[in-house]
Amino acid sequence: MNAARLKLVGQAAAVGVVAGLLILLVWKVAGGSESEVEGLRRGETPPAPGFSLPRLTGDGEIALDDYRGKAVVVNFWASWCKPCKAEAPLLEHAWREHRGRGLVVIGVNSQDLSSDARAFARQVGWTYPLVRDGQGDILGPYAVSAFPETFFVNRQGKVVARIDGEVTRETLAANIERALA
Amino acid sequence: MRRLALVVLLVLALPAAAAASEKNPTLRELEGELMCPTCGTTLELSNAPAANQIRRFARERIAAGDTKSEIEDKLVAEFGRGVLASPPKEGFDLLAWVLPLLAAGVAAATIGVLVFRWSRGRDSEPPAEELGTNGRVDLDPALEQRLEEELARYE
Repeated sequence: MNAARLKLVGQAAAVGVVAGLLILLVWKVAGGSESEVEGLRRGETPPAPGFSLPRLTGDGEIALDDYRGKAVVVNFWASWCKPCKAEAPLLEHAWREHRGRGLVVIGVNSQDLSSDARAFARQVGWTYPLVRDGQGDILGPYAVSAFPETFFVNRQGKVVARIDGEVTRETLAANIERALA
Repeated sequence: MRRLALVVLLVLALPAAAAASEKNPTLRELEGELMCPTCGTTLELSNAPAANQIRRFARERIAAGDTKSEIEDKLVAEFGRGVLASPPKEGFDLLAWVLPLLAAGVAAATIGVLVFRWSRGRDSEPPAEELGTNGRVDLDPALEQRLEEELARYE
C-alpha cells in the first residue's frame, strides 16, 4: 500500500470514528429526553411506569401491578431528606383513613443507606408497604429529580397527578380523591 | 545513573503505597473516589445531605477497620456502581481504562513517526540518481537544448 493510499485510509478511519461518536451522542440525547410520565404536564394521564422492587423491611418484592384495581400513592423518599420527615405523618394518616376504600400507599426509598432508611421508617411509624430502589432505577421513568415526590395512580393504572416536594393535608386529600374516582 | 536509581525506587514504592492505602484508607482519599448520588460530583466537592451520609458511613467503616475495597463493596451494594468515581477494572468497564491508554499510545506513535519522517526529509540530500553526470540535476531535454541555444547566441 503506498503512502497516499495509507493516508486516505487513515483519514477515512478518523472521520468514521468521529461520525460514530456523534451518532452515539445524538442517540443518547434524543433517547433520554422524555420520561414515561412526561405527558402528565400536558394534561394527559400516562400509564404509571411499572416496577418490582425488594421490600425495605422483610423478604420478597412488591410490584406496582400487584395493586391493579386499587388507587396507589407512590411516594419517593430518603432518610436524609427533611421534607420527607415532615410529610411522613400525613401519608401514614391518609393510608389508614382511605385503605378501606381501596387506597394503597407505597414508599420508595432511594439514594439512601438501607440501615438509615429502616431506622427512619421505624421512627416515623410507617405501616404501609416500603420498597428499596437503592440504585435509583425507577427515578428516571418517573422523572424524579429531588425528594420527596409523590405520584397518584388511579384504579386503571394511570398517573393522574404528581406533587413535587412536600405534600400538604389539602393537596394530598384532593389528589387521593382524583385517584380513587 | 542516579536518575535511574530514583525511577527504580519510585516504581518499587508504588505497589507498597497502594497496599497501604488499601489496608488503611483515609477519608480524604475516599472522598475523591466516591460519588455523591444526588449531585453527580465526588464527595470532596459536595456538602449535600446524601454526600454527608456517605461520608459519615465511610468514617465509621474506617474506624471499624474495613479495607478500602470492603468499604467500596458495601457502598456499591447500597447504591450501585455509580457510587464509584472510577469504573471497576474488570469486564466491559475495563475498556474505560484501556481505551484512553491505547489512544495515547497510538497518538504518541503517530507523532513519533511524523517527527522522524519530517526530520529525515530535512537532513537528506537529493538522491544520487537524480543528479546528472555533471553533478547537477538533469533538466528536460527540450529545455536543455533551448538553454544551449541561448547560451550559444550570447557567446
